[in-house]
Amino acid sequence: MAEHLAMPKSWNTETKPHKFCPGCGHGLVLKVLGEVIDELEIQDRMVFGVDIGCSLLAWDFFNVDTVQTHHGRTNPVMVGIKRANPKLLPIAYMGDGGGYAIGSQHLVNSAFRNEKIMAIVVNNCNYGMTGGQMSPTTLPGQKTETSPYGRDAKETGNPTLGPEMVAAIASPGAYVARASVSNMKQLKRFMKKAVENQIAGNGFSFLEVISSCPTNWRTNAKQTWAFMEEEMAKYFKTGELRTPDESKEG
Amino acid sequence: MAEKPIQEEKRVFMTGNEVVAWAAVAAGADIMYGYPITPQNEIMHYWTRLAPKHGKKFLQTEDELSAGFTTLGGALAGRKSFSATAGPGTTLFQEPLSMAEMMRIPVVVIVQQRGGPSTATVIYSQQEVNMVTFGGNGEGWRVVYSTATHQELFDYTIKAFNTAWKYRFPTFILGDGYQAKMREPLVMYNPEDRGIEMIKPVASLGLPGTPGKDRDAVHLRNTYSVEEELYDATMPIQEDYEKMSKEVVEWDERNVDDADIIIISHGVVSRAAIAAMNRLREKGVKVGYFRPITLRPFPDEQLQKVAAKCSNFLLVESALGQLARLVKSALFNMPIDNFDTLYKPGVGVTAEELVQRIEKTIK
Repeated sequence: MAEHLAMPKSWNTETKPHKFCPGCGHGLVLKVLGEVIDELEIQDRMVFGVDIGCSLLAWDFFNVDTVQTHHGRTNPVMVGIKRANPKLLPIAYMGDGGGYAIGSQHLVNSAFRNEKIMAIVVNNCNYGMTGGQMSPTTLPGQKTETSPYGRDAKETGNPTLGPEMVAAIASPGAYVARASVSNMKQLKRFMKKAVENQIAGNGFSFLEVISSCPTNWRTNAKQTWAFMEEEMAKYFKTGELRTPDESKEG
Repeated sequence: MAEKPIQEEKRVFMTGNEVVAWAAVAAGADIMYGYPITPQNEIMHYWTRLAPKHGKKFLQTEDELSAGFTTLGGALAGRKSFSATAGPGTTLFQEPLSMAEMMRIPVVVIVQQRGGPSTATVIYSQQEVNMVTFGGNGEGWRVVYSTATHQELFDYTIKAFNTAWKYRFPTFILGDGYQAKMREPLVMYNPEDRGIEMIKPVASLGLPGTPGKDRDAVHLRNTYSVEEELYDATMPIQEDYEKMSKEVVEWDERNVDDADIIIISHGVVSRAAIAAMNRLREKGVKVGYFRPITLRPFPDEQLQKVAAKCSNFLLVESALGQLARLVKSALFNMPIDNFDTLYKPGVGVTAEELVQRIEKTIK
């Protein structure tokens, strides 16, 4: 019972234990999101949109009205919902492939238009669900199924810096940050501020979360943690990039 | 509450795109999501002028994928949402529409056909029939109304919203650039004043109450884990589609009982077919006419009944056999005397050429 009580109230207990791989960061991101849903009491007006990829496994994760969409298309579905019924709080949930590759035009234009939705990109440096291919955020030299000798930045470019890109084009009122599952307290602060920005109706909220994929990274627990905190942290700096009042936590 | 957009029935003279915008307002559409592409642009132009006066909304998206998926979002939120597109835009719309088919999301899309393949012309064709009927990775669970006149553009746009929300299948109005851009007279009206009950939209998400406390949460998906699970999810959709088909199928047939030859056509080409039929009848040539109004579901049985009377056909379309494929499927295994075709991909058809063609055939 002790574990059960530790679950956020907004979690759908019937679908727990969840379906993510052992060691996957999604469960941590969704735990933090669940706590924020509870604390801000938005269960009755939030709409959760999940992308294709591992994020789709969250389609029945919460006791929150949820729609699973197509790969890269969660942002426009959430935009359509918000434009049609502004009382709702749509939160889009996707991976780095959905956010920065196939759905990049939707992310960029949602940010440009300052849509009153929130987008969460869980960045684990690869396409997990399809078996570990190179993604926009795969690190230089990182081996994946489609970069078996390591990502060659001269051939395939450097990792996408999502929050930096969004921050560069966002309008006043936007909230843009990057957090990591290796720093849960900071993740919680940023998640809460991003959702609060939606409740206030200030503008677009964007949160990237550095996350783990031991299954496809082929790492044990220590190596997983080291890859996130050492390798990924070199490229992906956590912190707030845009806030509605322009005060930033670095 | 905004006042009725059309106070009383009135005769007007306008372009097809303007007609569609007015019809969407009259049908109680709440929001349009769109991306510019010729020849449908003026639907957006008129909607953006009309919408604020009637408490309605518009969003110009970054592309047709976004236009399609935002339109789905609007319907999921319980608003009558629609979009309009053409050509390469219709290609991009296949992805959101397949999601609409799977998840039974009632969206309305107006397609004003332009030339194809590729960018081709911005003017006219009937080359988007394959795409609107059976596009996407699915089974063609759509309703497609192929209009021929501006009055039909008005009537069927209103009807499309009711069909979509009653049966919850994505519904198309299939027009073309000629219909979009030319002006002709029609009568506009408030559907309620004519006794047409407009079906109220219902939200799929964001329902009243707290999920898990006052009610169950809504969890909508289009992904399934195993083959049998998918089969169990999709077969009831097919059953619903078949049941609906009998109720929504529409066609027009004229002079088929004593016909020696029957012209089969759809959309704006059927106007040339009617004119040719009338001229030849005056000369004593017994010409009949058959036109599917719904291309999906197709009036299979109705065409079979006609073929049992006369199966000397001339099929004409502004495409290379896209309508013919639907017709041949309907007539499969029936004895056919003759199946002549006139295919003019991306080019209009006149009554004169149909008259000449039939006179040559008869001789």
